Amino acid sequence: MTKVVVAMSGGVDSSVAAALLKQQGFEVVGMMLRLWSEPGKENSNRCCTPDAMLLARRVAARLEIPFYAIDAREIFHSTVVDYFLKGYALGNTPNPCLECNRIVRWNFLLEHALEIGADFLATGHYVRLANRSTTETGNNLHNQIQLLKAVDRGKDQSYVLHVMNQYQLGKALFPVGDYPKDEIRKIASQFGLPTASRPDSQDLCFLAGEDYRDFIKRMAPGSLKPGEIVNKEGRLLGRHLGLSFYTIGQRKGLGLSSTEPLYVLSKNIEENTILVGPEEELGRSELRVNNVNWITGKPRGEVFRAQVKVRYSAREAWAEVSHLENGGVLAWFDNPQRDITAGQAAVFYDGDIVLGGGIII
Amino acid sequence: MEETIYLDYAATTPVDERVLDVMMPFFRKEFGNPSSIHQFGQKAENALEEARETVAGVLKCRSDEIVFTSCGSESDNLALRGAGLAMRVAKNSNQFLTSQAEHHAVSRTVQQMVDLNGFEVEWLKVDEAGMVLPSTVEQSISNKTAIVSVMLANNEIGTINPIKKISKICHDQGVLMHSDAVQAAAYLSVDVDALGVDLLSLGGHKFYGPKGVGALYVRKGTPLYPTQTGGGQENGLRAGTQNVAYIVGFAEALRLAELERQERVTHVKPMRDRIIGAVLENIPEAKLTGHPENRLPNHCSFVFKDVDGNLLLTLLDSAGFACSSGSACKTGNPEPSEVIRLLNLPPTWNLGSLRVTLGMSTTVDEVEKFLTHLPELVQKARKLK
Repeated sequence: MTKVVVAMSGGVDSSVAAALLKQQGFEVVGMMLRLWSEPGKENSNRCCTPDAMLLARRVAARLEIPFYAIDAREIFHSTVVDYFLKGYALGNTPNPCLECNRIVRWNFLLEHALEIGADFLATGHYVRLANRSTTETGNNLHNQIQLLKAVDRGKDQSYVLHVMNQYQLGKALFPVGDYPKDEIRKIASQFGLPTASRPDSQDLCFLAGEDYRDFIKRMAPGSLKPGEIVNKEGRLLGRHLGLSFYTIGQRKGLGLSSTEPLYVLSKNIEENTILVGPEEELGRSELRVNNVNWITGKPRGEVFRAQVKVRYSAREAWAEVSHLENGGVLAWFDNPQRDITAGQAAVFYDGDIVLGGGIII
Repeated sequence: MEETIYLDYAATTPVDERVLDVMMPFFRKEFGNPSSIHQFGQKAENALEEARETVAGVLKCRSDEIVFTSCGSESDNLALRGAGLAMRVAKNSNQFLTSQAEHHAVSRTVQQMVDLNGFEVEWLKVDEAGMVLPSTVEQSISNKTAIVSVMLANNEIGTINPIKKISKICHDQGVLMHSDAVQAAAYLSVDVDALGVDLLSLGGHKFYGPKGVGALYVRKGTPLYPTQTGGGQENGLRAGTQNVAYIVGFAEALRLAELERQERVTHVKPMRDRIIGAVLENIPEAKLTGHPENRLPNHCSFVFKDVDGNLLLTLLDSAGFACSSGSACKTGNPEPSEVIRLLNLPPTWNLGSLRVTLGMSTTVDEVEKFLTHLPELVQKARKLK
């Protein structure tokens, strides 16, 4: 029998993923990562509190599958939390979920799954997989696995999974990506799963529901250097509390008095200043990324057109994509885009197909 | 999936069929309350008192010295709380002498009495095998000591303590001696006079009896207050309608353990020695924990360097072997247990504990199968770390 480890969180999506796989005849094993929590806040971590773990354990018992908790506190802290803090210290707005998927979930956990004899690792992510040879006939790229957006566009999580490579995709199953979220909730109650009515999780798991600024204040107070807020003309408009506390496009909380609303346009690390300006100056026509990953292992061409998503919640925009000498990629938008933020990912799509992505510099 | 091999008999045992058979009538046919006057009550009372006599026969004591409880932990609680309070009143002594290698039912009960009830504790040192030496007790005991509590055999590392010698030291000082024999009773004699104890705790499910029933031996004349008050059941020492069916099962399981003791020891001990020998020989950076000779005959315990014990249990379970670890934690948050900490191992060894305990239905084939897989699984656990 084909054996699948399901990464369970106690949430409805991973619970239904396990239920569906069990129904499809797989030998299913539940695993849950014990992630790092700030000392003293173990009970409010978003996704691996003792409560969530108990819930996942009950789901597993209900489905009659074994369940194991794996200690990932150290690797999560040394990669994901560290990445988050370092990113902010550099003035970026990092997305630690990318690192979590790349290193913790699709490397550390995958390795554990394979070591207990599993053939696949499944998660409750809303994405789909396809083999290119079946989606585009006449193409010679056989056995190149494609990562596709979820059927439910509102829940699509392909943005955070653009970091996956062919090896990882070859071991991955995403059973819920074919269903709309409503359907998933229905399936959960049909299976009598205790998670059926739990709310969706939001925010970063290790922030314990708090503002990230408070977390940075406690964990990396040294990275907070107050400085000046200036406009394009170099005029001093106010003071900031540290670059980490602000993100591109931010309007609220700047403490400026001005006749028109002012937005964070950019951050200058060397001078420790924040440049603000009116809304119409927010847009940029180009972005550059490094740490590029192409889902098939190589880019679609020297220069090609793609839809680009610059934040998890941003809408895709058309751009021309070309390669830089340093291995990075340049995207030139048809229309200027707001909120292009260093540290976030830019993910390239061809319709439903995820081509790849990288980190905005 | 293949049938999983159970190697965790120290955690619990299945109920012996012979035990289950004698329990069954007391759920429906003989369901009376032993305190009732009528004949339903009389029959239940008779079964209860017969069970008490059976237990007394094994412990070689009087039947009115047996108090039935809900489990081994409750027996420990009653012994320490009940006798601790009574000794303070009777003798004005309020110190406990015990070790941190004790089961939590003892150590946490003592800690709470220190925190909330004004008692004192001196934690007795253990040697590198986790054993409490009589000389350690001798050095610490004084006229302010109320109770010494030392387990007969350690649940995590299997070490058997020299209870008889420690009891003698206690009695010379007029101090009460309690022993938690919950883990030991399946394989060791619990003759209370030979052990010299005043209080002895037992739990049914460790020797093929049901869960949810235990007993406390209370030597005649031992000062003891009830900690659960109400009706006058159990000689006024433990209020609550007796769980007749389970008590009957407890007594029968203990009787069989005593009757078949030699046979059971002879069954498990060679397999225990085979496992210990093979693990130490075939797995690099492995150590036996607990005493090499003075240990329970069904009990093997190890630590492995650079291994997450929790992960090793996961790998073992996935490969079809149910074992246990001193750092086991269902939420993936492993910490070395107090017992493992006391062994003074380097930090790189602390989390890598494994307990393998055998039972009546363990076979040589099972043991060999386990030994074939273990080295590779330890290696996997090391690699994943």
